[in-house]
Amino acid sequence: MTVQPAPRPATDPSPPAAPDFGSLVREDRVHTSLYTDPRIFATEMDKIFANTWVWVAHASEIPAPGNFKTAHVGTQPVIVTRAPDGRVHVLLNRCRHRAGSVCEQRAGKASVFVCPYHGWSYDLTGRLRGVPHASGYDASFDKKDFPLVNLRVEEYAGLIFATLRADIQPLEAHLGRACKWIDLFMKQGAGFPIKAGGAHRFRFRGNWKIQLENTTDAYHFPIVHRSFLTSLDGETEKVFDVLGQGGWVEDLGNGHSVMVMIPDLVDLEHNLEAPIPERFQALADELALEHPPEQVRRIVRAVGGSGFNVNIFPNIACSMAFFRVLRPVAVDETEITHMVITMDGGPPAANRARLRLHEHFQGPMGFGSPDDAEGWERVQRGAAAGTDLWVMLNRGKERDVSAETGMRAAYQMWRRMMMA
Amino acid sequence: MSGVRRYARAATAATSVAGISLQEATQFIWLEADLLDSQDYMAWLALWTGEGRYVIPVDRAGDDHADRLNVVYDDRAMREARVQRLQSGLSMSASPSARTVRTVSRFRVLREHKDGTHLRCAQHLVEYKYDRTRMLAADVTYRLVRAEAQAGTGIAIHEKVVRLINSDDALFGMGYLL
Repeated sequence: MTVQPAPRPATDPSPPAAPDFGSLVREDRVHTSLYTDPRIFATEMDKIFANTWVWVAHASEIPAPGNFKTAHVGTQPVIVTRAPDGRVHVLLNRCRHRAGSVCEQRAGKASVFVCPYHGWSYDLTGRLRGVPHASGYDASFDKKDFPLVNLRVEEYAGLIFATLRADIQPLEAHLGRACKWIDLFMKQGAGFPIKAGGAHRFRFRGNWKIQLENTTDAYHFPIVHRSFLTSLDGETEKVFDVLGQGGWVEDLGNGHSVMVMIPDLVDLEHNLEAPIPERFQALADELALEHPPEQVRRIVRAVGGSGFNVNIFPNIACSMAFFRVLRPVAVDETEITHMVITMDGGPPAANRARLRLHEHFQGPMGFGSPDDAEGWERVQRGAAAGTDLWVMLNRGKERDVSAETGMRAAYQMWRRMMMA
Repeated sequence: MSGVRRYARAATAATSVAGISLQEATQFIWLEADLLDSQDYMAWLALWTGEGRYVIPVDRAGDDHADRLNVVYDDRAMREARVQRLQSGLSMSASPSARTVRTVSRFRVLREHKDGTHLRCAQHLVEYKYDRTRMLAADVTYRLVRAEAQAGTGIAIHEKVVRLINSDDALFGMGYLL
């Protein structure tokens, strides 16, 4: 017997009503659909990533006029350039003629970006310079009408942010109480300028907010990273006992938060008289050959990074010793960049130590990151079940480092922006 | 590197003077590939010289790995710590890890020495976990040295550099060795 398939409707049924975003976020929980619903993801790109300050670069990545890097604002590709006058421009990476991307390099030096399709060329500020065979356009055609789209750009402490909005508050006001923590974080240059010195990139099959939560989640650390902790000597293992040192989490407003795991390493310019940890003694001895004792102490105290993560909503964290950047790719795919921090012009031995410490935990084969990525994929896989259930964020009280305070702060900002 | 727990050491293999033929080198590298796919990591650790360096750079160009960020930059202590971690049962990305099958081919000797060889080859690795199969391709260079103390092979790895074709792009967590 053959079964006839049901006749297809002449037109697709009308899409279900848009989710009621306000009802999906409560004080202590968020709805599972925030990880899984493609309509929510599309709205996030519009209501969040196109509506606030999004981190695009560290100033050291484009140190001189002509330097550029490519980045994303949400899912939109951009080019971050330093123009001849030293100013930073963030340009949509899309030719104004027929939409070809004008730059496919991760970073480099250039004076002009040329669309490979019909040869329209743009300078570092986005101005349209050349149009081949311009006689084919009528007299009303004016190159001034077709620059690469410039985003608004502001910088704080070397962190370069861009926004598609001309009318939102200045960056520093948006960062607010996070500024103090960013300033503390930058002390790990130990007197040298901070340099973003290379990066690990990896993707996981999961929603971007799973990563957003993770940088303010101390609770997972001793569980997920047991194999990292086991690889450490006893003294270093104590340093990474993140739940046992009286740390805390603070809501800093606008979705930002700070998680202090090692209170002793909040201010790297304090307590310089503390004894040099055994794990850094060989480095200290090497530095002592060329640097005065006070500078050796300052560098060694800073070399392992800060004792906290400051999470800036929606896409950057200054995380202990590195910058963590998240890029939403799809509702169930996210790209993470972990940028190592070095001291620009600092002692090579100390910078090598920073590189090796970063490699130890971070990256696709680090002793920590692959387990994080696996955990996040397990969240996305699990979220396919119990679609009416909630993701719980009700852990913790005042002054508890494993409290889910930072996640609650981020989701309240999410709610505010999605309902605006 | 500072901070890494040191594990008990095997005796350092002594080197001697006798070249390594391409056929010997190829058989040795296939043995290594088989040990890695079967996750016989203790046997793999014994293939190295005491000073051997295992590198997976982020940047395919250049040889100054020490002053750049790498995916892996392992001396002996880090290799041992890495194997310890993968076999500890405490790492969810390695317990179980993805299954892997790799082939190594396109061997080309770059330089022969009186006590060893420097060669380059191509590696294709396919991994599978959950419902996903993925491929990683790499150029791999080896510095192999004659090492009489090495049981069975008489060869040891002095340097292995794995340059993934997408090393500077987004990768993914790997709970195994390349």
